[in-house]
Amino acid sequence: MSTPSNTVPGSPLESQVTAPAVITASRRMYWSVRRELWEYRSIYIAPLAVAAIFLLAFLIGLTISPKHRHEPLDGPYEFAAAMIMGTGFIVGIFYSLDALYGERRDRSILFWKSLPVSDLTTVLSKFAIPLVILPLLSFAITVVTQFVMMLLSSAVLLGSGLSAGTLGARMSFFHMSLMLLYHILTVHGLWYAPIYGWLLLVSAWAPRAPFIWAFLPPFVIWGVEKIAFRTSHFLAMLQYRLVGPEPSTPARSGNLMEVISGLTPAQFFSTPGLWIGLAVAAIFLAAAVRLRRYREPI
Amino acid sequence: MACIEVRGLRKAFGTTIAVDGIDLRVEEGRILGLIGPNGAGKTTALNAILGLISYQGELRVLGRDPWTEREKLMRDACFIADVAVLPRWMRVWQALDYFAGVHPRFDRAKAEGFLAKTTIGRASKVRELSKGMVAQLHLALVMAIDAKLLVLDEPTLGLDILYRKQFYDSLLNDYFDRSRTIVVTTHQVEEIQDVLTDVMFINRGRIVFVCSMEEFESRYLEVMVNPEQIAAARALKPIHERQVFGRSILLFDRVERQQLAALGDVRTPSIADLFVAMLSNQSGAAQGGAR
Repeated sequence: MSTPSNTVPGSPLESQVTAPAVITASRRMYWSVRRELWEYRSIYIAPLAVAAIFLLAFLIGLTISPKHRHEPLDGPYEFAAAMIMGTGFIVGIFYSLDALYGERRDRSILFWKSLPVSDLTTVLSKFAIPLVILPLLSFAITVVTQFVMMLLSSAVLLGSGLSAGTLGARMSFFHMSLMLLYHILTVHGLWYAPIYGWLLLVSAWAPRAPFIWAFLPPFVIWGVEKIAFRTSHFLAMLQYRLVGPEPSTPARSGNLMEVISGLTPAQFFSTPGLWIGLAVAAIFLAAAVRLRRYREPI
Repeated sequence: MACIEVRGLRKAFGTTIAVDGIDLRVEEGRILGLIGPNGAGKTTALNAILGLISYQGELRVLGRDPWTEREKLMRDACFIADVAVLPRWMRVWQALDYFAGVHPRFDRAKAEGFLAKTTIGRASKVRELSKGMVAQLHLALVMAIDAKLLVLDEPTLGLDILYRKQFYDSLLNDYFDRSRTIVVTTHQVEEIQDVLTDVMFINRGRIVFVCSMEEFESRYLEVMVNPEQIAAARALKPIHERQVFGRSILLFDRVERQQLAALGDVRTPSIADLFVAMLSNQSGAAQGGAR
């Protein structure tokens, strides 16, 4: 069939010209991130719920076992921070796995792709959730939780006739928060970037069951290496990535604040592992952007 | 500049060839109906035209390459696939906010105006709306965009007749102004016959017939032939013959109306009748229909 035979004749009228509004790239990014928060409400509900439950438990502990008052009060503060940050990390994992898979599964990818938002903007906005939004949210919720804890214990201490001033002596609240912000942005944001990048890549690619596709390959690589070479470099690499750049520090024991403050910004930013990780994350993300262009609803 | 220019479009899914070499040119201001059986390649062709899937062949839509410039193309093109694609978690106000946030040609006031005519609540989630309301919502969003090209892929699938009628009525009355181009696929062919300016049949990934509606109406005639004249009618070489209530209805291509009037009641066939006639003719007659 020749081309001219399929010609649909034109209309004599010219199209009207309407000046479109200017939409900047940052505005598209902002709305894309808002969109993610609308769809995945667990991003803020989960850490908030954990904080609320923790505060309740803390209050119960304060009222029913008064002898705890005389113990060091750093413990529960660190524990609260660890729990909320841990929740943020877990939410980040599940979010990243679903972010590019869910839209294909429910066919809404056709809808999102029918809007003038590029695949790059979409993938970057989804990457921003575990990289920036979740750490900042976890931080804010942790600070508020710790502040409420401080108020609660001050009230109890005052009620029992002790000076509330002893509380601030151990570590200033402001200092602790600053350390936490540093930790959360460096480790949970930058250091874990390749983990989130990998999960987004799997999410963009997986024909089904992204969870299995994300966790089976590392497991297989570990097994093959173990059997074939009797080494476990891959496992060591994963451990290094998960634990963070602190050398030979057990993850969840000892004083968390000391662990966190053990690495200065200069040390952290001169760790080759950070830059290698970021480069790997960039490669994963580029692949995810490309895949999203090719992927169709499943 | 043509709105859509397609040359040698091909798309295969594994070993299945969905679109097998389509050539097409749609000028501005037309309403083209793409008619075909299930699996004919309509949706695949439309998705390729919008840069939603990869393809082989040459495509220019509004002067752009849809595959590499999808983002820019979507500023001037809108798409409604069947109602299932609006994200089910989304609330109506979120959809309005988001469109206003990312779409340079979206007129929020206009969308609110369309929604005010419906019973859709601002705080409702898409999953809480009926199918008809989802279609209304999507149409309201899309009609508030000052686009040059609107692509509708089974937009009224699963809707009852009232919603379907309303859908096309608002599309024609509130949206179409002859500077826009609309491409629509549907199974309810008879309902859009009066809406279309052009019709195209597609089967097994190939275009089997293209014609403007003016040409369609002047070219094709259907005659309910008086039983005693059936032999005379058949001598005029109808392209299709069917039986309704014991009477023969014959479809003619380019036969004079006066000549047919002597044989029985003459009328313009529906697109659906011509479509059935062409697809059931496995001979070259159907192919030859394309001018």
